[in-house]
Amino acid sequence: MTTTGQRAQGWGFVAPALLWTFAFFIVPFIVMGAMSLATLDGRTLIWGLSFQNYAELAEKRFLWRAIVVSLEITLTVTVVSVVLAYPLAWIIAFNVPKRWQRLALLLAILPFWTSYVVRSYAWLLVLARDGVVNQTMLNLGLIAEPLTLANTRFATVTGFVHFFVMLLTLTIYANLVQLSPNYRRAAQDLGASAFQTFRHVILPLTLPGIVTGAFLTFVLCIGDYVTPQILGGNTELTVPQVIMVQLGRRADFPLAAALAIVLMGIVTVAYLAAARWLRLDRI
Amino acid sequence: MMRLLPWMYLAVAFVFIYLPVATLVLFSFQDGQLPVPPFNGPSLRWYGDVLGDSRLTAALINSVLVALGASLIAVTLGFLAAYGLARHVLPGSALIRALLIAPLTVSYLIVGLGLLIVLTQAGLGLSLVTAGIGHVVINLPLAFAIIFAAMGAQQQNAERAARDLGANEMQVILLVTVPMLAPAIGAAFFLSMTFSWDEFIISFLLTRFDVTLPVEIWSMLRSGLSPRLNAIGSLVFLVSIAVVLTLELFVFRKRRS
Repeated sequence: MTTTGQRAQGWGFVAPALLWTFAFFIVPFIVMGAMSLATLDGRTLIWGLSFQNYAELAEKRFLWRAIVVSLEITLTVTVVSVVLAYPLAWIIAFNVPKRWQRLALLLAILPFWTSYVVRSYAWLLVLARDGVVNQTMLNLGLIAEPLTLANTRFATVTGFVHFFVMLLTLTIYANLVQLSPNYRRAAQDLGASAFQTFRHVILPLTLPGIVTGAFLTFVLCIGDYVTPQILGGNTELTVPQVIMVQLGRRADFPLAAALAIVLMGIVTVAYLAAARWLRLDRI
Repeated sequence: MMRLLPWMYLAVAFVFIYLPVATLVLFSFQDGQLPVPPFNGPSLRWYGDVLGDSRLTAALINSVLVALGASLIAVTLGFLAAYGLARHVLPGSALIRALLIAPLTVSYLIVGLGLLIVLTQAGLGLSLVTAGIGHVVINLPLAFAIIFAAMGAQQQNAERAARDLGANEMQVILLVTVPMLAPAIGAAFFLSMTFSWDEFIISFLLTRFDVTLPVEIWSMLRSGLSPRLNAIGSLVFLVSIAVVLTLELFVFRKRRS
């Protein structure tokens, strides 16, 4: 059926998008890889095949530390978000009456659509020294002195968890409502308790959805600059924050590029670890 | 007690989810210099202040222009690629699809950094256009995936019928395919608009003198908490919500019915 003319026409349709992706994504990516192997002599850039930037990552404590901090924060956020989002998705899927479910889900994820700069600022307001949380706790007599909540890792994690609980509620809910109620009935007919049904039937069946959501959380969390910068302050730096410092202060593009490549390496490892359960086509 | 537990969890979850947004909006009406308790007001002075600020209104217009331009290009390119891949047998089509989706797997910071390196090495200046180019890179995979998923056999039959009746390729696309795919194209466009409207890091790296609204808000943040920031933040939130609700009410509802 397909003639050469039709095939050429097909290429004509695909070409603009391919060219755009190639010119503005693939090429920059290759140049960034090359840049990570270049060195800086004062302010002059020397292209080459040097692994000096990567060696620096192992040598300089603040660079190494940033990778550890990023991993710690990202893993904490991923685990806490899944643990908090699962019951929420469950309640919306099984406790909320059918005709209110769509509304409940829409409401549960509406603040997801706030700009991430604005969302982080809003958390800064909530967690500030004289902010809502401290004032409320002081008034209730729960604390005598305002707590330092902003500019801490706690603030960064809270800001992240807020965002990813909404994202994960959406993905886990989609997974739960696809389950046929027959699975639960069958397990219960065979004498399984509610917990056994969950542990041996529902949880394994929803695992792909959980892992897909958790992987998305991991990728988006480890690459974010805004949330740790606004909420965490400068007490400890994540990899994206260190990348931005390199760009700003010394215009050290080679080191920034090397850090970006390391970040991508970490994401690739996470992908390989999760690949067994990942259903990226089902997002 | 056990029966109440799920509803209590739901209530606590909603408090957590809405606490920052509610605080943001409430203290945008603060009649005073600090957006923290106690609340005095309501007052609209900070909204007046924000709307009278020429830098903010310029940034707002820039944001709308970048979002519109980047979304139009992303949806057009995404639609053409989806049409080409769905209607023509091309060698290596799985590879092409993977390539078009690839930018989704990379963080915005890295997309922006790569473009920044290329632009500075090529000696090209930074502007709203370069930020827009970056926004197309992140929105194109999404637009392509949404439209490609919606292309099915029923449109193909209608396209064949139109061709048999003498329509040329251009007429088939514009008069048959696009109208039949309108919900998917609309969804792709509105999603692109919200992502572009909210996007910060690419705009921050790739603009210089004229900036978008999130970048302008970022520079205001350096001077600390202020009800002005609450007012502009609430307005940004309102616009995002309006776009999402439009999408929910007009695009997704239509698609389901």
